[in-house]
Amino acid sequence: MKAKIIITPKKAVLDPQGKTVQNALEHMGYSGIQAVHVGKYIEVDLAPGSDREAARKALDQASHRFLSNPIIEDYRLEIVD
Amino acid sequence: MRFAVLQFPASNCDQDALHVVRQVLKLDGDYVWHKDTDLRGADAVIVPGGFSYGDYLRCGAIARFSPVMQSVQQFAAEGGLVLGICNGFQVLCEAGLLPGALIRNRSLQFRCEHVHLRTVTRRSPFTNAIPEGRILRIPIAHGEGCYFADAATLEQLRAQDQILWEYCDSKGLGSDSANPNGSVTHIAGVCNAARNVAGLMPHPERACEASLGSEDGMPIFESILTALRQRDASKAA
Repeated sequence: MKAKIIITPKKAVLDPQGKTVQNALEHMGYSGIQAVHVGKYIEVDLAPGSDREAARKALDQASHRFLSNPIIEDYRLEIVD
Repeated sequence: MRFAVLQFPASNCDQDALHVVRQVLKLDGDYVWHKDTDLRGADAVIVPGGFSYGDYLRCGAIARFSPVMQSVQQFAAEGGLVLGICNGFQVLCEAGLLPGALIRNRSLQFRCEHVHLRTVTRRSPFTNAIPEGRILRIPIAHGEGCYFADAATLEQLRAQDQILWEYCDSKGLGSDSANPNGSVTHIAGVCNAARNVAGLMPHPERACEASLGSEDGMPIFESILTALRQRDASKAA
């Protein structure tokens, strides 16, 4: 079992990296792009036999307290087999 | 009077800070390693610049959970003076001791240069000795110093007079060109609501001797000393 945590900058926060990547994509000829946001992807391997709901609860707390900064980032947590 | 200068793995302005305490201010000071919890009776704590824990995850995110920071939380809660410089400012924001967050510079560049600062309020232990109207010329060296706070937090910062310094030009005027990192409303440094914890991106400890090209960092340290002397005097009274 694995936890996947995707962290993205909040929409209200300046994202110069996303903007630069967007500009580069446009220069390369990729059209129809409205916005690009660059974030982080964290993968956590869970010990065999872990309780799914307990793991979700613990990692949700860790994502809020540590893995993301709620002032500037949003996160999405997923537990997969 | 005694200063504690924290040391995390990859702190790199700790020596500059302790040099100012011992050689320039002629006061006592010690390093406190990140695994220690004893601040050894310090009157003030400096959280120095650098790249604590390699800046992994986010600048300051890992340092805030180190053992020494639990002692700093306690020290700050009891009214102790804490100054975070550059990475130290990032650590204090991550620790929730200061409002807001520091993100990647708008330019995406690491900026290493002298900037000008306007002191917004002298009503703090970190600004009380800065002469009225004096523009400070102090170096910066950072890639993630763009201060961000949401609208409600900014409103509170203004209402409670918590913005200590703003970037400006040599004449004291704020503008996008005088703002090296894109900080919201040109903010360079803030304090907490209780006014005993402050952080700033510029490096006052690199501007305390004429041989370094500027002594404009001195009034910030003199402010701390003034505040500590006043505290001691009122205790004695």
